[in-house]
Amino acid sequence: MTTATKGSVGTSHTRVEGRDKVTGAARYAAEIPFAELAHGWLVLSTVARGRIRALDTEAVLRMPGVLTVLHHHNAPRVDNDYVGLLGVPPDPSVALFQHDRVIHMGWPVALVVAETSEQAREAAEALVVTYDQEPHDVAFSAERQTEAYPVDGHAPGVVEKGDLEAQLASSAVVVDAEYTTPEEHHNPMEPHAATALWEGGRLEVVDSNQGTSWVAGELANLFSLDPASVRVRSEHVGGGFGSKGVRAHQVAAVMAATVLQRPVRVVMTRRQMFSLAGYRSPTAQRVRLGADADGRLRALEHQSLNMTSSVHEFVEPSAAASRAMYDADAHHTASRIVRLDVPTPTWMRAPGEAPGSFALEAALDELAERCGIDPIELRVLNEPAVGPVSGLPFSSRNLIACFREGARRFGWADRDPRPGVRRDGRWLLGTGTAAASFPAGAMPSTPAVTAEADGTFTVGVNAADIGTGARTALALVAADALGVPTDRVRVRIADSDLGPAMIAGGSMGTRSWAWAVTTAAEELRQSLAPGADIPPEGITVRSNTAEAIGALAQKERHSFGAQFAEVAVDPATGEVRVRRMLGIFAAGRIVNPLTARNQLVGGMIWGISMALHEEAVRDRSTGGLYGADLAGYHVAAHADIPHIEADWVDDPDPDDPVGIKGIGEIGIVGAAAAVANAVWHATGVRHRHLPIRPDRVLMAGGDA
Amino acid sequence: MREFGYQRAYDVSGAVALLDGDGEARFLGGGTNLVDLMKTGVERPALLVDVRELPLNRIEPTADGGLRIGATVTNSDLAAHPEVRLRYPALAQAVLAGASGQLRNMATVGGNLLQRTRCGYFADVSSACNKRNPGSGCPAVTGEHHNHAVLGASDHCVATHPSDMGVALAAFDAVVSYETADGPGELPLADFYLPVGETPHLETALPPGALITGVTLPPTPVAANSRYRKVRERASYAFAIGSIAAALDVEDGVVRDVRLAFGAVASRPWRARTAERALLGTRADAENFAAAADAELADAKPLPHNGYKVTLMRNLVVACLSELAEEAAR
Repeated sequence: MTTATKGSVGTSHTRVEGRDKVTGAARYAAEIPFAELAHGWLVLSTVARGRIRALDTEAVLRMPGVLTVLHHHNAPRVDNDYVGLLGVPPDPSVALFQHDRVIHMGWPVALVVAETSEQAREAAEALVVTYDQEPHDVAFSAERQTEAYPVDGHAPGVVEKGDLEAQLASSAVVVDAEYTTPEEHHNPMEPHAATALWEGGRLEVVDSNQGTSWVAGELANLFSLDPASVRVRSEHVGGGFGSKGVRAHQVAAVMAATVLQRPVRVVMTRRQMFSLAGYRSPTAQRVRLGADADGRLRALEHQSLNMTSSVHEFVEPSAAASRAMYDADAHHTASRIVRLDVPTPTWMRAPGEAPGSFALEAALDELAERCGIDPIELRVLNEPAVGPVSGLPFSSRNLIACFREGARRFGWADRDPRPGVRRDGRWLLGTGTAAASFPAGAMPSTPAVTAEADGTFTVGVNAADIGTGARTALALVAADALGVPTDRVRVRIADSDLGPAMIAGGSMGTRSWAWAVTTAAEELRQSLAPGADIPPEGITVRSNTAEAIGALAQKERHSFGAQFAEVAVDPATGEVRVRRMLGIFAAGRIVNPLTARNQLVGGMIWGISMALHEEAVRDRSTGGLYGADLAGYHVAAHADIPHIEADWVDDPDPDDPVGIKGIGEIGIVGAAAAVANAVWHATGVRHRHLPIRPDRVLMAGGDA
Repeated sequence: MREFGYQRAYDVSGAVALLDGDGEARFLGGGTNLVDLMKTGVERPALLVDVRELPLNRIEPTADGGLRIGATVTNSDLAAHPEVRLRYPALAQAVLAGASGQLRNMATVGGNLLQRTRCGYFADVSSACNKRNPGSGCPAVTGEHHNHAVLGASDHCVATHPSDMGVALAAFDAVVSYETADGPGELPLADFYLPVGETPHLETALPPGALITGVTLPPTPVAANSRYRKVRERASYAFAIGSIAAALDVEDGVVRDVRLAFGAVASRPWRARTAERALLGTRADAENFAAAADAELADAKPLPHNGYKVTLMRNLVVACLSELAEEAAR
């Protein structure tokens, strides 16, 4: 809690657009009116694999208000052979209506466009599509390891150091355990929605996404357009969590707007989002830890398997999460994929780290039990001086400081390590802890900062505020760089015409944008002669951080954290309730403590949800999801969320040009493991398969 | 969404006449389930007859000392009513265990009894379902069924009834009143829901076109010492995976009267009469409670993934009756 410095950064500031949001003045993508707006409704396949035999469009075209039906025979052609802003080729799934193949249950087969949304929906539901169905395979399990292969995603697939088997053989204690996490869906509050229109020879898209430069670039590539002729805006976004990149709704809207030459809006239903918005793959993980009797690690192996679609390799790099955590003489990590007839998964809050930390940090807890030492002391014992595999120095690493501060505030010192010995009426009580980490990266951005003639400043940076408070954070950063109060700074974001910028993703947004804004603002400040007149058009300075980011020294750059949870378990019903939770983080400079705490607590709540509730069930016979709505897919409700505290310790890095690390994801990391470890402490039973549902607790027994 | 007509009724006979036995028309109460089903295409009515303005929103004592609850009484009003809270506490607790404050403000007693299963296959029109599309099959039997029925189900359907309120009503021998064009009628709740058998799409014994007008609770002294426990996969805003309404009267350590009904285990609120019979006149202790639960659950036919419900219901019987016995002893 020593983030306060002079100036605006480090002081709590409510969201600059908060009043607009709570009064309804802020308009979200599907609410913005357009003259002559037509509405598209996606028709999704009802088989999981096969070919479209026929679409009976004639009957539908005669229905009231129907304007057109787009499908693989008549849709505009697109080109998906390119590499986009994030340096990866697109998931071919975004190339809608290009062929007759059905790739997964809920695959888009047509778009019905009508004068009203209701007419489009009724017609879409009436459209008869017949299929030549083929046998599908959606059966994900650890047994699919034999067909799996490693893939480099945003982290290398396989990294190995030392002789694993030799070190395991010479270990006094070996933990060898399998962990699974289920298919999980982002479910942002605001569904995906886009309106596309052609205006003055330019394609305009009003959307809800995590980066307009990114989406504009993808659309320009897909439709073979000059990038300058595509403009994407995304003023307010009701959550993204990794799901809001280029998706079927924007592509369908652009196709229909092009064919009809009028504005077309396409909105996903909640149920459609379960097929079209991406998701976190289920994982099957195996962790082997070999240690001396005192707990010092000799061997660390973490293997992870996830599923992906038949058309795109997406790896959930769960094993990569272990690479910066603990020292071990032999250190082997591998993330593999198996291809099934399912939608392509995607990034979801802390991709890799969220499921990976569950397995690793639960295994550490098992090792602590086996060695008879405190779980925190086990982590202290295995704290690395440099990157355990890379050998690179850490830019800053304050994991142990997080544990020490968390232990003090949580009352860890009084903990009786024995499981299953505390009761409160029908409830068994337990506490658990786990470590968290997340990489701190940056990507180039190109903002403009303008000194206006009236003495105010305008920052134009193509950031995305997906509910995080990014707009507000950038106002604070710019105010300090300019040496003015925040009320003299206005921030314009989420418009691809502002120039390329990093997306809101990878916990890199604020770090990336703030870096570039600071650079431009400081240069502007220096160029302004005191008392000199500002011309009517203002004075603008632009920056581009590409070079500075490229020149950054090679280091292990991560944020860290320590999660603590207390749970109550009723062994007669299997109910698990979290009673309190504490997270202490070391995440660089905290820009806005108010919204930072929101982010961290939000992540921890999601961690509780991941531990106890979230699970999408794929029906093996249909290949689709069972209960694909918010009644069937449980997220934590208010009553599940107890007193939660998030706070941070000092985490300075004098050599870093910004000092900001990003906090969007680390809150969820380790949270599920802390809860699972607490459930063990309450009951004496290890739950290695999430979510820890009442039926699983009930049938696993415990000290009833 | 299909275009539909909407008409509001102001008296019972008018509502019945507006519906006119039309198979494509539906009565609309709070709409908390029907409107959802219309959005997903499970229900596609041509006409909605809104019955919320009918003069059926009162809770009144009956001449014999019971309670009559009008069909349009909201869940919120039912749960808050002093006589309900005092004389049938399990009913008030059951209602409060369901849904959310906003939904309870809208949902009505009549609609609650007629709500449809939350089986995910039923809710998904792209899926087979014998209840929604007779003869198409039941994917739950071999598919996802960890929250499906263990009692009274058939190979044709293993869906559960979602009501919490109905479980308490079943425990207290409620009687459902209705009106048709031919006049009024009554059905004990025990006969209200039809056995699943081969016809899971036929859910109630109500005559076609009948409008539920109310529910009558007979005087039930044992209900004053009652409770409702609901186990679900999150702390609120979820349907039960097992629930119980229990009432107990103990004298000198011996069970003088007992009521037990289970939720989320069958296609209807499950009155546990076998357990009740086993308990009458026996000592009120955990051993007898467990034996009675076992007797009731002896007929359970769990599927591969819902066998835990047998354990759960047994534990709930023992826990709730033990707590009630302790309270009675104080």
